[in-house]
Amino acid sequence: MSTIRCDIVGAESEIFHGQAKLVIATGEAGELGIAPRHAPLITRLKPGQVRVQLENGEELCFYVSGGILEVQPQVVTVLADTAIRAKDLDEAAARRAKENAERLLANRADAVEIAQAQAELMQAIAQLRAIEQLRKQTRH
Amino acid sequence: MAGAREIRTKIKSVANTRKVTRALEMVSASKIRKAQELMRASRPYARAMRQVAGHVARANTEFKHPFLSSRESVKRVGYIIISTDRGLCGGLNSNLFRKLLAEIRDWNEKNVEVDIVAIGTKANVFFRRLKVNLVGSASHLGEKPKIEQLIGVIKIMLDSYSAGSIDRLTLAYNDFVNTMTQKPTLDQLLPLPPSDSLATAHDWDYLYEPDAESVLEHVLTRYIESLVYQATLENLASEHAARMVAMKSAGDNAKKAIDSLTLVYNKVRQAAITQEISEIVGGAAAV
Repeated sequence: MSTIRCDIVGAESEIFHGQAKLVIATGEAGELGIAPRHAPLITRLKPGQVRVQLENGEELCFYVSGGILEVQPQVVTVLADTAIRAKDLDEAAARRAKENAERLLANRADAVEIAQAQAELMQAIAQLRAIEQLRKQTRH
Repeated sequence: MAGAREIRTKIKSVANTRKVTRALEMVSASKIRKAQELMRASRPYARAMRQVAGHVARANTEFKHPFLSSRESVKRVGYIIISTDRGLCGGLNSNLFRKLLAEIRDWNEKNVEVDIVAIGTKANVFFRRLKVNLVGSASHLGEKPKIEQLIGVIKIMLDSYSAGSIDRLTLAYNDFVNTMTQKPTLDQLLPLPPSDSLATAHDWDYLYEPDAESVLEHVLTRYIESLVYQATLENLASEHAARMVAMKSAGDNAKKAIDSLTLVYNKVRQAAITQEISEIVGGAAAV
């Protein structure tokens, strides 16, 4: 019985790797069953299950919230998204990052920050002066 | 004895500083292990992603994605800068910024504008003071950065690359070599630099579902994201390593300062006692 190597990886951890008889996943255009020596194929995955039939007939089931499926003759790679992705959500994230930057630029001359820096400077000067005095005293 | 008391307070304060540095050192020592584990855990994905992107880049000939082809004139460049959220980590951030500033100056001389996306509080604070175009920022990624936190800033850059407003995208971060060495690194993300591993002579193409263009776009976007994510983890490990080393040397310096201050203190005390005795003796002789 021939098998195909199957790697399922998430961005933040490895999920599964081993030999499989059949890998079933939900592609963008419908359910896919990948048997050994499948033609090279690449597709996006829809959120859903990825089922892996092992050599001993056991079936493992993983949930992915999207990702990429790549098929090479000897290996199936599933690059699973850990995050829930959608165009709108991505756009919202981009907008948030932009707003962050704008907020930063808006309070460029933050009065509180300047005051804090000044206070720190005063402290440093005072410390230096104390050390200076100490040196003078001990030398005599 | 006034001098002696002052010295004693000083010794006490240095000793307190030393306690803090030692605590920070130990905290970093334990965090660095976790950061390295994270790095290891995300490596399979990065490797698989690189393979797939490599296959895609060399398999497909019918459609040329803009991410893969370089542009002739460069009018505006983008940088994604990864820094730490907290300080007290030696020259880690400033080394990276210095390297970057040299590049930015070069671009400015060539009349090329620079767009910047800053990740981490330190980069945010640093680059908002400069006359650069800060187009996006993210901070407070914590000890376990998630890819969700980076999607937004990456999308800003990818979008402006696709729209043609930037012609090149570079990633700046500290590469974790080992605990003693962290290397400030600038990696070109876009256009994808042609690497040797991508150019083997195989003539085949994928079956694309649904079509080559959208799949390619998707794969390359994920590829860039995984590179940035990996760099964030590298930078995190570098941060802890740098902090550990910085705190260790600060602790050593504090110990040296305590030793020399103790010596001075003893001398002052001894001098005071001697003076007192001589005064008493002098007084007794006068009587």
